[in-house]
Amino acid sequence: MAKEKIEAPKLTGKIETPRIQPGASLACQHHKANEQLLTGLGYPSSLVENWQEKAIAKMGELLNKYKSLKLYLDICVRCGACADKCQFYLGTGDPKNTPVGRQELFRKVYRRYFTPAGKLLGNLAGAEDFTEEVLKEWYVYFHHCSQCRRCCVACPYGIDTAEISMAAREIMHSIGLGTKYVDEIILKVFNFGNNLGMQPKAIKNSLDFCEDEMKEAYEEKGIMDIDVKIPMDVEGAEVLLVVPSADFFASPHIESLLGYAKVFYQAGISWTLSSYASEAGNFGMFIGSYDGMQKVASRIGQAVRDLKVKRLVIGECGHAYRIAYSFWNTLIGPFDTLDKRYPIPQHICEFTYDLIKRGALRLDKEANDEFVVTYHDSCNIARATRMGDMPGGQFEIPRSIIKACCNKFVDMPQETIRENTFCCGGGAGLLTDEMMDIRIKGAMPRMQALKQVIDSHGVNFFALICAICKAQFTKIFPAYGLSMDMVGGVHQLVSRAIVLGAKE
Amino acid sequence: MLSTSYIFLAYFAIIIFVFGILCKVWKYAVIPNPLKIPLTPAPTNTIGVILRMVFEVAFFKSLFKSNKFTWLGGCAFHLALLVVLASHIRFFVSPVPEPIMLLQTFLQSISMFIGLLFIAPLVYLFIRRVWVDRTRFVSIFADYFVLILLFLIGLSGITMKYLIRPDLFAVKTFILGLISFSPEPIPTNPIFITHFTLILILLIYFPFSKLMHGCGIFFSPTRNQIDNPREKRLINPWDKRII
Repeated sequence: MAKEKIEAPKLTGKIETPRIQPGASLACQHHKANEQLLTGLGYPSSLVENWQEKAIAKMGELLNKYKSLKLYLDICVRCGACADKCQFYLGTGDPKNTPVGRQELFRKVYRRYFTPAGKLLGNLAGAEDFTEEVLKEWYVYFHHCSQCRRCCVACPYGIDTAEISMAAREIMHSIGLGTKYVDEIILKVFNFGNNLGMQPKAIKNSLDFCEDEMKEAYEEKGIMDIDVKIPMDVEGAEVLLVVPSADFFASPHIESLLGYAKVFYQAGISWTLSSYASEAGNFGMFIGSYDGMQKVASRIGQAVRDLKVKRLVIGECGHAYRIAYSFWNTLIGPFDTLDKRYPIPQHICEFTYDLIKRGALRLDKEANDEFVVTYHDSCNIARATRMGDMPGGQFEIPRSIIKACCNKFVDMPQETIRENTFCCGGGAGLLTDEMMDIRIKGAMPRMQALKQVIDSHGVNFFALICAICKAQFTKIFPAYGLSMDMVGGVHQLVSRAIVLGAKE
Repeated sequence: MLSTSYIFLAYFAIIIFVFGILCKVWKYAVIPNPLKIPLTPAPTNTIGVILRMVFEVAFFKSLFKSNKFTWLGGCAFHLALLVVLASHIRFFVSPVPEPIMLLQTFLQSISMFIGLLFIAPLVYLFIRRVWVDRTRFVSIFADYFVLILLFLIGLSGITMKYLIRPDLFAVKTFILGLISFSPEPIPTNPIFITHFTLILILLIYFPFSKLMHGCGIFFSPTRNQIDNPREKRLINPWDKRII
């Protein structure tokens, strides 16, 4: 744990743009990945001798592989429209935590080695040698980006800092520089199939425990004939559900797992989890590794074939759904064996919402009457995916589910939700203890927006559909003087409201 | 001697400008998009994407949403640039077609306004760049250079219009000569020569600078991709599994 207590910003309900404080968050940096992790992932074991040369070569390679990278390095005019949009700048005031400031760290090296002006004029053209000093800043600031794309909304050209920070991380890995937190997790998926390194037996135990809990809870209410199962590795099931592994045991994640199980139970659709593909998350994206991302995703393709399922559904996880929705078809598609009448893959919210619309679920809103609920749009889902057929379904569908399960729902201010939503402050590899300073500060804008609806409407339930958001906020709320019990999943609300059993 | 060097310089600048842009655009066109990355909510069909691009390119929609002050300056300048370019058409065609003549007559009547519309936003954008601390922090020399260059081009243009008028017939003869590859001598008006020089510098500088945003925006995958990754599989040409 962090030794000194980090002072959280005061909750005033207002999001103010700070004056710049150069270097304000320079000290907050990740533990580096060790030799074992790096070699395990196929990277050099430590910073290579000729790292500068290697890094520049890698940069050249990526410039020819990603249109986004080449284009976005060229066309930024530094208008500054993005600068006050990043939660990490708003929270820290560090100008290198503005999207454009962050990009410039990359761009100045790009100019020096890949543009005529930079080669000829050097500093005058805004170019800089790739020195050790610059590399240090890369390591800090490119790991302060949560790849949330809020800057991309603001940019007149759609420049996406996520594309640049991914490339920077890939370049750093190619010379033997990675973060312990993310690399450890990727290696665990390679070896065990999930981010937590859980063995199938441990997962099974946890699922059995959940089944017992549900059974007991119903029995306490005098309902004896309800036995909700959480099946694993059932060949021939209709649906394969892939959830973030935190759902197997972490709180409040597990409450949503119960919600999924009850929805399947009530819908009467056979389903299964997979012990081989026991992780929806895919940290390969965070380090910009196409191959890594593909390798992690390939477990899901394998499970689809092995278990002979017809449908593929994703649990509550933000970046996982981005990868599933946007990338799986490219990475591990085409999914020829799956039923084409359903979206491939489908989000659990789409799945549940579809059942609600068809009247297949009975929901008792009063079960959630103790809550005044607000909903935080997870960045990856809001700005990199869609639910349903209509653009913006990713905003409407989760809200519709909540409203079907609760009487009291209120949105946070418009400029902080939907496509303008903030990152929780823990995305893309920030969710580790040594980064607590920037996590707390990066959460500031979201916390201020929440404070507004707490004051005006008495909000006491903060609904999420992302495992990282859930882990981040349960940790961050206490720092802001709020109870972590407010944090929960959308399917947690479903779980409480759903009435199981035969229809009357 | 002056004429010869300017004629040489003019052709040189145009070649750099045209081929520079073509090279860049060629690159933007051929480098692949390995993954689907439209910024959502995004249109789910081609017509939707075309509309999205029109709103971005013609009205700077995203900038309008993100920063009204910058939008105002940017819009005013680009509009002025468009009008100013239109009012220069008469130097490039002979005889001047009727519609252009009509447009010209109209533009003449508001030329003072157009001049101001060109110059004032540049001053405004310069001040804003220095004034806002975070923008000042990220600005590099090139950002100021472009503003100053465009300002001087505008200023010399206005000077010719209102103070030291060159022989417009000579100017047109010179430009038509360049276009038809039968060069005529450059007019000796010093302000014209300044104006012309600055423009040649701009042309040479353009393909290597951030001014490429004008072409680049059309290739921006977060804006121009259709949101249909589940429905239509995007093939990554360098995916090892596929190769």
